[in-house]
Amino acid sequence: MNTKESSINPERITRREAMRRGLCGAAGALLTERLGGDVLAAKDGTKKIPTETKAKAKSVIQIFLWGGMSHNDTWDPKPESGRDYMGEFGQVIDTNVDGIRLGALFPKLAQQADKFALIRSMTHGINGHETAAYLMQTGHTPGERLAYPSVGAVVALFKSKQYKGLIPPYVVLTKAAGRFSEEGFLGPKYKPFATGGDPNANRFEVEGVVARGITDDRQKTRRNLLDKLNTMGRTMSSNSQLDAAEKSKSEAYELILGSGKEVFDLSKEDAKLRDLYGRHTFGQECLAARRMVQAGVPYITINYPGGWDTHKGHFQTMRRQCPQLDQGLAMLLKDLSDHGLLDSTLVWCCGEFGRGPKVDWQPPWNGGRNHYGKVFSVLVAGGGFKGGRVVGSSDDKAETVKERPVYPVDLLGSIYQLAGIDPSARLPHPLGLEAHVLPTADEVVKSAGILKEIM
Amino acid sequence: MSKTSLILGLSLMLSAVTAVAANPKQAPNPYESASRPTMGCKIDRIVFAKLSSLDIKPVLCSDAVFVRRVYLDVIGTLPTAEEAWKFINDPNRKNKRRILIDQLLERDEFADYWSMKWGDILRIKAEFPINLWPNAAQAYHRWVRASIAENKPYDQFVREMLTSSGSNFRVGPVNFYRAIQNKTPEGIATTVALTFMGTRTDSWTKDRLAGTAIFFSQIGYKPTSEWKEEHVFWNPLGSALPPGSTAPGQAAIKTSAPVADEKSKLPVTPAAPLVGVFPDGKKVEIPPNQDPREVFADWLITPENPWYTKSIVNRVWAWLMGRGIIHEPDDIREANPPSNPELLSYLQKEFINSGYDLKHLYRLILTSNVYQLSSIPRQDSQEARANFASYPLRRLEAEVLIDAVNKITGTSDLYTSAIPEPFTYIPKDLPAIALADGSITSPFLALFGRSARATGMENERDNKPVPAQWLHMLNSSHIQSKLEQGPALKEIFMSRKPPAEIVKALYLTILSRPPTQEEFKTILEFVKSTRSRREAAVDISWALINSPEFLYRH
Repeated sequence: MNTKESSINPERITRREAMRRGLCGAAGALLTERLGGDVLAAKDGTKKIPTETKAKAKSVIQIFLWGGMSHNDTWDPKPESGRDYMGEFGQVIDTNVDGIRLGALFPKLAQQADKFALIRSMTHGINGHETAAYLMQTGHTPGERLAYPSVGAVVALFKSKQYKGLIPPYVVLTKAAGRFSEEGFLGPKYKPFATGGDPNANRFEVEGVVARGITDDRQKTRRNLLDKLNTMGRTMSSNSQLDAAEKSKSEAYELILGSGKEVFDLSKEDAKLRDLYGRHTFGQECLAARRMVQAGVPYITINYPGGWDTHKGHFQTMRRQCPQLDQGLAMLLKDLSDHGLLDSTLVWCCGEFGRGPKVDWQPPWNGGRNHYGKVFSVLVAGGGFKGGRVVGSSDDKAETVKERPVYPVDLLGSIYQLAGIDPSARLPHPLGLEAHVLPTADEVVKSAGILKEIM
Repeated sequence: MSKTSLILGLSLMLSAVTAVAANPKQAPNPYESASRPTMGCKIDRIVFAKLSSLDIKPVLCSDAVFVRRVYLDVIGTLPTAEEAWKFINDPNRKNKRRILIDQLLERDEFADYWSMKWGDILRIKAEFPINLWPNAAQAYHRWVRASIAENKPYDQFVREMLTSSGSNFRVGPVNFYRAIQNKTPEGIATTVALTFMGTRTDSWTKDRLAGTAIFFSQIGYKPTSEWKEEHVFWNPLGSALPPGSTAPGQAAIKTSAPVADEKSKLPVTPAAPLVGVFPDGKKVEIPPNQDPREVFADWLITPENPWYTKSIVNRVWAWLMGRGIIHEPDDIREANPPSNPELLSYLQKEFINSGYDLKHLYRLILTSNVYQLSSIPRQDSQEARANFASYPLRRLEAEVLIDAVNKITGTSDLYTSAIPEPFTYIPKDLPAIALADGSITSPFLALFGRSARATGMENERDNKPVPAQWLHMLNSSHIQSKLEQGPALKEIFMSRKPPAEIVKALYLTILSRPPTQEEFKTILEFVKSTRSRREAAVDISWALINSPEFLYRH
């Protein structure tokens, strides 16, 4: 490929390059990586912070449906399987892509089907929340010797060279799930910054950034007082520890007093656009996420404000939550696309598992669905993923994988690759222990290869 | 009180406060003592000799620094204003530090705080990734806390963990073998080495680990009919475990012994004798009628063992002094020698002679002049730090920090565990240092680097500053509302005492010392420049809790 073409169409090059690296990069590395070379690099690798290379996805938005959302009620409907399986949601609707149909609760998303791909053969077989959540967000099997960081922490780490913004590189709207330590062994620097507050409130009060009732003047006066009363700091001139603390304090002040915090001021958006996202917490979280993407924040997680662990009251919960998920997510994809940001922003949405495709009508469940890790669905969009596609399929009753299983390492490996991160790269462990972004060849994990078909 | 009268009052009281703050012997700052350090004990002689060879003249800390330091270090709790003031004013200059140390070692908070520290090392956590489950985490913690409260000799403490059998709900120490992610014999050996030998098997040869793993190859786990109850037991025949006999969500336990067939269910001895190899390379044939864990404990718990006493005295030294003689304290290996071998072996000898008495070890270290040195470094070099030339600054642990803020303001935090449902809520007045279970948490504790308790490594607790922590301390509604609404601060602000007394009370409450003359002037000017007395009081408290003097052990 000549240089002229690449300057005219840089996107095509990157995509092709991503393909090339897909074939001999992530998937290959999982199988062929040699142990020797890496061990030799150990001493060095522990100090250096690795960096991303040629990323298609500059930012990642993860919408995490904590508790596990039903797959056959939503993105993998099986109308033929009858009421025992479909319960109250037997209806399916067409989308703007021929041949792709969704559950009837997602009319708005159906109009954006050309922008996303659905994986209908996600599988890991684990039915415990924490274990499954850890596996889906780290790619590592729980019970290994190390507590691995989540994909958000890893992306924040690799993008830390490029990203110089004031907002922390890994943000969670609005509360951390708190089921495992997302920063793992990378330490508190890579812990997700939880915004707190409610973006659907009059003022989105981001904890520590946008304070209630304290004017900028008072902030400055206070800071001045703090400096004057810092007797010990002055007595210990040039103590390296206090210097480090002082430096991180100045960084915090840049956010408290600077204009960086305007990212969280949703009143700067057109009221009509805010309506389109939906005047509910999730809708406004999606809008806040788009604003953070514009500010360059590498990784944003939206922990869905409301659980999907619908053992009981399943159909009521779905009727309440799905329309909001539909509205916010559909608008996010459309709005990112309208802003020309979808190509550089990867969006993925799923829970830690799906839910039993067969409804449990007996007491005490009375029409509930239980945990189900054997097969479930994931939505991916943007950042190099092709839209209007379906990957894999489940059987007639959405109970097992029929074609093309997708394992957690396959999904995460694809996300890492599009984010410009080599899945076999070494992670800096504080003790210099051997640790990689995803499991290496000598660790036994199931893999069916990265999602080349939609990359 | 009107603003004018407040300022007038402050001006009048200025001289009085100055007199209070001044040290009779004229120390150069509020943090150091004018008295010279003495070679009071053997620790002092050994360390000062080393410092003298480095040309460092150590300086003692002031009484105000000492009272704060020793409370935080021994009981993880701030002194009250009264406690601090009483100690500072105690004329018994010769013995008061020693007396205070003895008192603190008997406080209830001593057991709370050190159970928290041990909880990190022993991985007391109900949920992922340790999965002890709530009842068992509580039983484990209760046993640890009771052991610390009664000052159980350390040999007994370790032996109970290494050799106990029984129910996870009823026999606390059996949870040691359950609080391990990788329950293979090698995984268990790795945890035993880390916990009781202060050494990481990553630096071992494969053979050495395999030889040690033999001693942990006959540990069985079996469920009972009670929900999530599990028995840990000696399982020499490797009897087949019924399916699902591991806790839900955990990987099945691999045992090196073959699954028993019909024949081996009979009371016969296993065919091949078990041969274990101790980490020092010595081989031992384990008789079939003996639990291999006992054989290992007999080897480990002796005065001669090259790791056992070295590891614990070094750990306790590191906990109190901020740095191990072997650093880090859980990385004992030949290539990582002690900075002061004489000091280490002296502490070992004392510990052995005292009958493995941990409180004796604490007392020995705390009463030394070395522990009581100033935190203002005279030489900021690696060598000075490794030889304990000054007391090292360390940010307060997450739990200690929030407890201090709550104590000052008279507020409390809510601690919960999101799992298992229904959620667990902890009584409002329980301090964070007394939380038994690492799964029970709050956003503050997570943000400030509380240990994840996943591996039992010392460095799982991370006290390094990051901007997000500053955002929280400087500007969060969580801290702000405590400062604005906390009843204990309100009581100080609203008291009818003279203004200078109010400022002094505020300083003693937050920084455990009276203000200096200069600080008093600053506050006077600040109050003059603000419109609201209430706002001024909040802002002064805000400034003090955000000063390094508050945030750091010093």
